[in-house]
Amino acid sequence: MQVTRDFSHYVRDAGAGLRHIDLAVEGVHCAGCMAKIERGLSAIPDVTLARVNLTDRRVALEWKAGTLDPGRFIDRLEELGYRAYPFETESAEAAEVAESGFLLRCLGVAAFATMNVMMLSIPVWSGNVSDMLPEQRDFFHWLSALIALPAAAYAGQPFFRSAWRALSAKTTNMDVPISIGVILALGMSVVETIHHAEHAYFDAAIMLLTFLLVGRFLDQNMRRRTRAVAGNLAALKAETAAKFVGPDEISQVPVAAIHPGDIVLLRPGERCAVDGTVIEGRSEIDQSLITGETLYVTAAQGTPVYAGSMNISGTLRVRVSAASEATLLAEITRLLDNALQARSRYMRLADRASRLYAPVVHATALLTILGWVIAGASWHDAIVTGVAVLIITCPCALGLAIPTVQTVASGAMFRAGVLLNAGDAIERLAEADHVIFDKTGTLTLPDLEVMNAADIPADIFELAGRLALSSHHPVAAAVAQAAGARSPIVGAVEEAGQGVRAVIDDAEIRLGRPSFCGAEGLVGLTDDLDPEASIVAFSKGTAKFILSVRQGLRPDAQAVIAALKARGIGMEILSGDREPAVTAAAHALSIPEWGAGVTPADKIARIEELKRRGVKVLMVGDGMNDAPSLAAAHVSMSPISAAHLSQATADLVFLGRPLAPVVAAIDASRKALHLMRQNLWLAIGYNVLAVPVAISGVVTPLIAAAAMSGSSILVMLNSLRARSAEREIV
Amino acid sequence: MEILVILVPLALMLGGAGLVAFLWSLRSGQYDDLDGAAWRAIADDEPPQEAPVKR
Repeated sequence: MQVTRDFSHYVRDAGAGLRHIDLAVEGVHCAGCMAKIERGLSAIPDVTLARVNLTDRRVALEWKAGTLDPGRFIDRLEELGYRAYPFETESAEAAEVAESGFLLRCLGVAAFATMNVMMLSIPVWSGNVSDMLPEQRDFFHWLSALIALPAAAYAGQPFFRSAWRALSAKTTNMDVPISIGVILALGMSVVETIHHAEHAYFDAAIMLLTFLLVGRFLDQNMRRRTRAVAGNLAALKAETAAKFVGPDEISQVPVAAIHPGDIVLLRPGERCAVDGTVIEGRSEIDQSLITGETLYVTAAQGTPVYAGSMNISGTLRVRVSAASEATLLAEITRLLDNALQARSRYMRLADRASRLYAPVVHATALLTILGWVIAGASWHDAIVTGVAVLIITCPCALGLAIPTVQTVASGAMFRAGVLLNAGDAIERLAEADHVIFDKTGTLTLPDLEVMNAADIPADIFELAGRLALSSHHPVAAAVAQAAGARSPIVGAVEEAGQGVRAVIDDAEIRLGRPSFCGAEGLVGLTDDLDPEASIVAFSKGTAKFILSVRQGLRPDAQAVIAALKARGIGMEILSGDREPAVTAAAHALSIPEWGAGVTPADKIARIEELKRRGVKVLMVGDGMNDAPSLAAAHVSMSPISAAHLSQATADLVFLGRPLAPVVAAIDASRKALHLMRQNLWLAIGYNVLAVPVAISGVVTPLIAAAAMSGSSILVMLNSLRARSAEREIV
Repeated sequence: MEILVILVPLALMLGGAGLVAFLWSLRSGQYDDLDGAAWRAIADDEPPQEAPVKR
C-alpha cells in the first residue's frame, strides 16, 4: 500500500500566485535557530518568504504555487534538526489575537490623548494660581474636549460594551461604575467649560481609561500567549489518520480533513484520532484514556472505537462516525452538560467587589448632592461636588487590582508549566482544600515503562531492545525505548499477536508472549508483584528472562503528595481502573482514601457529597471518563496528554512528565488570591482617605489626577509581588 | 500669546504623528514577535554571495 502525506488542508492561497503555510516548530529558542531555519528554508528554490516567530515558535512560509510540495519544508527542517508540524490557527486563538490588537489600538489612542490633554492641563493648573486669562483657560478646555471626547469614545469601547452587556443581563460588573464615572466626568466637564468654569476633568477621565487599558491589555496578552502555546502543543501532537483514498491507497491526512463516512486504517501502535466502528480486522485496544481501565479490550467487526484508544496488536479498518470528538459516550455527554450548567454559577471576586462597590459609591455621591443642597449650596455647585466624588472614587485602582495580579500570576504559572484555560481559575484554585486524583494517566505516566530493567543483564536488555524495534506493539516500543536501542536486527520476523524472533550469532532470540518464548514457568514468580503490568518474555537460546512493562508513577508523585499533605490539603484517588491496580498506587503514594472501578456518575456523586460538606474540590484527571467530574468540581486540572474533551473542560492544563506543576499552581494561586485581596483593601483604603476630601468640595482636577495615578501605581507595584522564581519548563 | 496659534497645532500635530506611527507599526505586525525582534537586531548580516535571491 502506498502512503502519501497530504498537507493541502493547511495550505492557504496568499494571492499573486503564492501559497502560504504555518508550521509549529519544536526546539526553537535562540537567534541561532532562527537564522539557521530561515536560511535553510530560503535556500529552497521558489520559496519567497520564510520567517520565524520566536515568541510563538512558528514559521510562516510562502512559495510560488507550482510543483513544490509542503512536505519538503518539513523534511528540510528535520535535516536541520527541528521537528515541525503544519499548524492551523484555531478560531479561539484568532479571536484572542484580534482582541489583543484592538486593545492595543485603544491603548495607543488613550495614551496619545492623555499626554496631549495633560500638556494642556498643566498650563491651566499653574495658570489658575497665577495670571491666566479666563479666555485662554476656556480655549485650553475646549482643546482638551476636542481631544478627549473622540478618544474616550473610541478607547472606552471595551468598557462601555462590557458594561452594557452586564446591564442588559440585569447584573453589574466593574465596568459599570467605570463607564458611569467616565461618562459623567466628561459630561460635567463639557457643561463646566460652556459655563466658563475654572475646573474641567478631561484629563482625569482619559487618564483613567489609559490606566485601565494597560491592565486589560496585559491580561489579554497573557491569555493570547497561553493560547498560542496550547495551539502549538495541539499541532505537535500531529493528529493524523491514514485515510483510504482508493481501494488500496492510503493517505496520511490531518484529522481536521476527515469526514464522517470515511474509512481509516488503524495500525498496531497507533492512537485512534477519530470515533468510529470497526468494519474489518481483529485487535486488542487500550481504552485507558477513555475509561481509565488498563486491561485491553478485544475489538472486532462492529466494535465502536473512540478517539484516544490505542491499537495494540492487529490492523483495523474503521468507518468514521465523527471526526475528532463530535460524538461521545452518550452518558458522558449528559453528565457533562449538567455539570457545566452548575459551574457557571461561580461569581468572580472582581464582580463580588463591584456588586458591593457600585451602590455604595453612587449612594455616597447622591447623599453628597442632597447634603450640600440642604446645607444651602446651589444645585449647580452641589452636582459638581457630587460628580467630583464619583470621579475621585472611580475604580481605577479597583479595576486594576485583580487583572494585574492575574497577569503576573499566570505568567509565573506559565513558567512552572501550567496553562490557564479559564479566567477565574486562579481564584477558584486558591480556595481548593481537597484533591481528587484520577490514577491512569494522571498519577501514572501515559506511556509504558519497563519496571524491572535493573534485574536484567545489560547486554541482554540491549539485544531485547534491538529486537523490539521490529515490532509496532506499544509494549515492544516501550522496551526499545527503555533499552535506548537504535539499530534493528536484520531479518527479524514478527508473528502477529505472538512476538518477534530473529537469529543472531547462531542463537535464536525471541521477544513476545511468555508462551512464544517458552517462559511460562517464570511468570508465576513475578506477576503477583505487579497486578497491572504486561509481562513479556525474552529468550536467547535457552536463557529466558521476564520483562514487566507498565505505566509507571510520575517521577515526583510521592514528593507531590507529601507536599500537598504539608499544605493541609485532603486527597483521594477515584479511578475507573480495577481494584488491585488502584490499591497498589494508593499504597505506593500513601493516600488513605481510594475508590476503584468508579463510573463517571459515581465520581460526580462523590464530588457532590464533598460539596455539601463545604469542601472545595480540585479534580485532577485526564480520561474522557473524567470530563464530567472535571466540570463538576470546584476547579480542575488535566495533564497535556489528556483526552481533548478533558483538556477543554479543565480549568488548568499542566505540561511535562512531573506532577509538580499541581503544587506550583496551588501555591501561585494562593499567593495571587492573597495579593488580590490586599489590592482591593489598598484601593478601598485610598477611597476612604479621598472621599471625605471630595465630599467637602475642595477637590481640584490636579488632586484628582494625582490621587488616581498614585493609587494605580501602588496597586500595580503590589501586584508585581506575585512574581516568584519558578523553574523554566516551556 | 499669539505664539499659541502656532505652538498648539504644532504640538497636536506631533502627537498625532506619533499616534499614526504607532497604529502603522501595529498594523504592519511589528508587535507580533517581540522576542524574535530583540535577537534580529544583533544578528549578523548574511554574506552577500550566500544570500538567496528574493523577489
